[in-house]
Amino acid sequence: MATQTQELTAPLTDEQKLAQVREFIAEVMTHEHPDSYLIAVLHRTQELYGYLPTEVMDEIAQEMGIPTAHIWGVATFYHYFNLAPPGKHVISVCLGTACYVRGAAQILQTIKDELKIDVGDVTEDGLFSLQPARCLGACGLAPVVMIDDKIHGELTPKKVTQLINQYRKQANK
Amino acid sequence: MDNKKITITINDQQYKVDAGQTIMQAADQCGYRIPRLCYHPKLSIEGACRVCIVQVAGMKNYVASCAYPVADGMKIDTNSRELRQARRDIVELLLDNHPQDCHTCERDGNCELQRLAYSMGIRHRHFEGERKHYDKDLSSASVIRDPDKCILCGRCVRMCSEIQGVHCLGQAHRGFNTVVMPAYNMPFAETVCTTCGQCINVCPTASFVEKNHTQELFEKLNDPDLIKVAQVAPSVRAAIGESFGLPPGRNMEGQIAATLRRMGFDYVFDTQFSADLTIMEEGSEFLERLQAKGPLPLITSCSSAWMKYMEQFYPDLIENISTAKSPMSMASAMIKTYFAHKIKADPKKILSVAFMCCTAKKYEASRPELDVNGMRATDIVITTRELGWMTKSAGIDFISIKPEKFDEPLGLSSGAGAIFGVTGGVMEAAIRTAYELYTGETLIDIEVNDLRGFKGVKEAKVVMDGQELRLAVAHGLGNAHQVLEMVREDRDRFHFVEVMGCPGGCIGGGGQPYATANSIPLDEECLKARASALYGLDREKTIRRSHENPDVQRLYREFLGRPLSEKSHELLHTHYKAKLPRGIVSPNLKVV
Ligand code: SF4
Ligand code: SF4
Ligand code: SF4
Ligand code: FES
Ligand code: FES
Repeated sequence: MATQTQELTAPLTDEQKLAQVREFIAEVMTHEHPDSYLIAVLHRTQELYGYLPTEVMDEIAQEMGIPTAHIWGVATFYHYFNLAPPGKHVISVCLGTACYVRGAAQILQTIKDELKIDVGDVTEDGLFSLQPARCLGACGLAPVVMIDDKIHGELTPKKVTQLINQYRKQANK
Repeated sequence: MDNKKITITINDQQYKVDAGQTIMQAADQCGYRIPRLCYHPKLSIEGACRVCIVQVAGMKNYVASCAYPVADGMKIDTNSRELRQARRDIVELLLDNHPQDCHTCERDGNCELQRLAYSMGIRHRHFEGERKHYDKDLSSASVIRDPDKCILCGRCVRMCSEIQGVHCLGQAHRGFNTVVMPAYNMPFAETVCTTCGQCINVCPTASFVEKNHTQELFEKLNDPDLIKVAQVAPSVRAAIGESFGLPPGRNMEGQIAATLRRMGFDYVFDTQFSADLTIMEEGSEFLERLQAKGPLPLITSCSSAWMKYMEQFYPDLIENISTAKSPMSMASAMIKTYFAHKIKADPKKILSVAFMCCTAKKYEASRPELDVNGMRATDIVITTRELGWMTKSAGIDFISIKPEKFDEPLGLSSGAGAIFGVTGGVMEAAIRTAYELYTGETLIDIEVNDLRGFKGVKEAKVVMDGQELRLAVAHGLGNAHQVLEMVREDRDRFHFVEVMGCPGGCIGGGGQPYATANSIPLDEECLKARASALYGLDREKTIRRSHENPDVQRLYREFLGRPLSEKSHELLHTHYKAKLPRGIVSPNLKVV
């Protein structure tokens, strides 16, 4: 499938993404037991969109002849499927052992309170989404969070609030 | 299943049983009844609850007897001390995160979980587990979903997809957070749910219940300015006895009429009267189409869940759907016009209440296209279950009350009107009338046996003036789907098709009394008994053909003119249009 290079070219339009999902489905429908490829189809969708838009799940239901309620069941069962578009900035809170013993739970709680969202959700303004992470390989700096691809270490509740506010200020510029 | 006999041992006794069945089925044949919860004989096997565990010699772990096949020489224990304890632990685990509000719960006294806990010997609770808290979904006109009471047996999901073919429900999320919900957790009102209420019938707890309108009705019954008018569907009389501990299949119409008067109704009418009226209109519509050569087949439309299913999944067949309103909506239309005029009352002062076997009728009543002169035709719909409760709550002695008759002028019915409640009944009633209107001769053998019984799809042929009519009948939306696929393939295959949305027809409606302690939801014996009450009613009547009903004749003489007249069209007919909520998938679905 000729999609690995998409980052190098212009971003795909929604129509192009949908066409790719359709193409992928058409391919799996030629196999035996095409229903067993549902998860693969959802993965492909998430690769393209960054999450699983419900409109696309409707489309998958039609094309594969699988009830939407069932697709929704599968999409919600696995943690790795995002059900909402990710925020502009993705905050990953490390809950690995080193971070945990140094207060990761408290950091996580502070972020939840500050953003008024739960893990897996996106803030109302679409600026942040929040997800848990296993060891980020920066145990020396524990407790650690990663925002997009930048690591921030030796955090305290106060520091992490300041950090969030920095991103907010930037966004307001 | 092969007919080979094998020998098994249950609790040290030997039995010869058929091979090729599960341990639970074999044990059922030998006089045992292994406790169970998620299992239902009409649905696929889920094996989710593990309440049905047994010990099989040589196996390390207990096995779920509903899912495990018997084998020759198998030694099974169903009642050892350890097993009883394990089973009890499983049920206690369910209770641990279940709300403990039995005595304020809709299912109190009628709950399978309650019964199961009792039979396990659970008398006090040691431990309070973590509780789930979700909002109830109150958006639907008919069905309320309350995930807090759900024990995840999956029966509703299987019912909705395997029997009804609607596929509205699924299990979403995982583990402790699993919730039964429609796709995208959409409000029920926006989903493909047909409001049939069959999920309510199979749910062991109060996780699915109908939208309750009893308080609203009690309130309105106290309003001295209103003229309170009731109508009672055929199947209500055949089932309500069960709410009072009577065996299924007693016709309680006289008790219902007497009860409703004591509850405060000024007039009590019979939906069987308007079933006769429906036959006049639908039968004439059929003949008209037969003569004009189309569009055929004519497909009946009186089942409300079916209306919605058809608009969603088969909008291409709308031109084949009879435009005749359902008996409920016809009666309501006559109550607010013909009858209001007769008693010289302002129709706005009339409270029109329908007592129905059906949850989908609540939805039907809210369809704006059924309004009459800018008023809602049916103000409130009350299910059989709700009526049972209201009767008890109002302190009326339903069992020993002296039976009374329905009121004129919308209370007299033919036998054809009575059998409307059973699958095949509408067709049989229509044939009785259409035959005579068409040929001018009397139909001698009016009981059309090919149209009776609980086969999912029934086909029959009737010869009318040398012309062969091909008929088909389906009950349950899944079976409807089968017949409609035949129609899609070959429009000439049938002339007339009857569809009822619920298994067994209205007698198996989503608003009927819950299964009692000794039966299961959708029990075929129970449905048969309810059906025989209506067939019995038919046989007892001197008038068994709709067009011979003198009050129907009078209604046409005094008010409507003739069937399909302009007035009839205005008041007794309606129209359908495609509805495409999200979640509609081509009905050729794989059940995954
Ligand atoms: S569903 Fe059954 S067990 Fe649960 S609260 Fe209601 S009556 Fe009690
Ligand atoms: S009411 Fe009928 S269609 Fe709606 S969810 Fe329940 S079983 Fe499915
Ligand atoms: S809603 Fe009722 S039938 Fe459905 S899974 Fe829950 S307990 Fe079972
Ligand atoms: S445990 Fe957090 S970075 Fe290693
Ligand atoms: S009844 Fe057998 S596992 Fe539920």
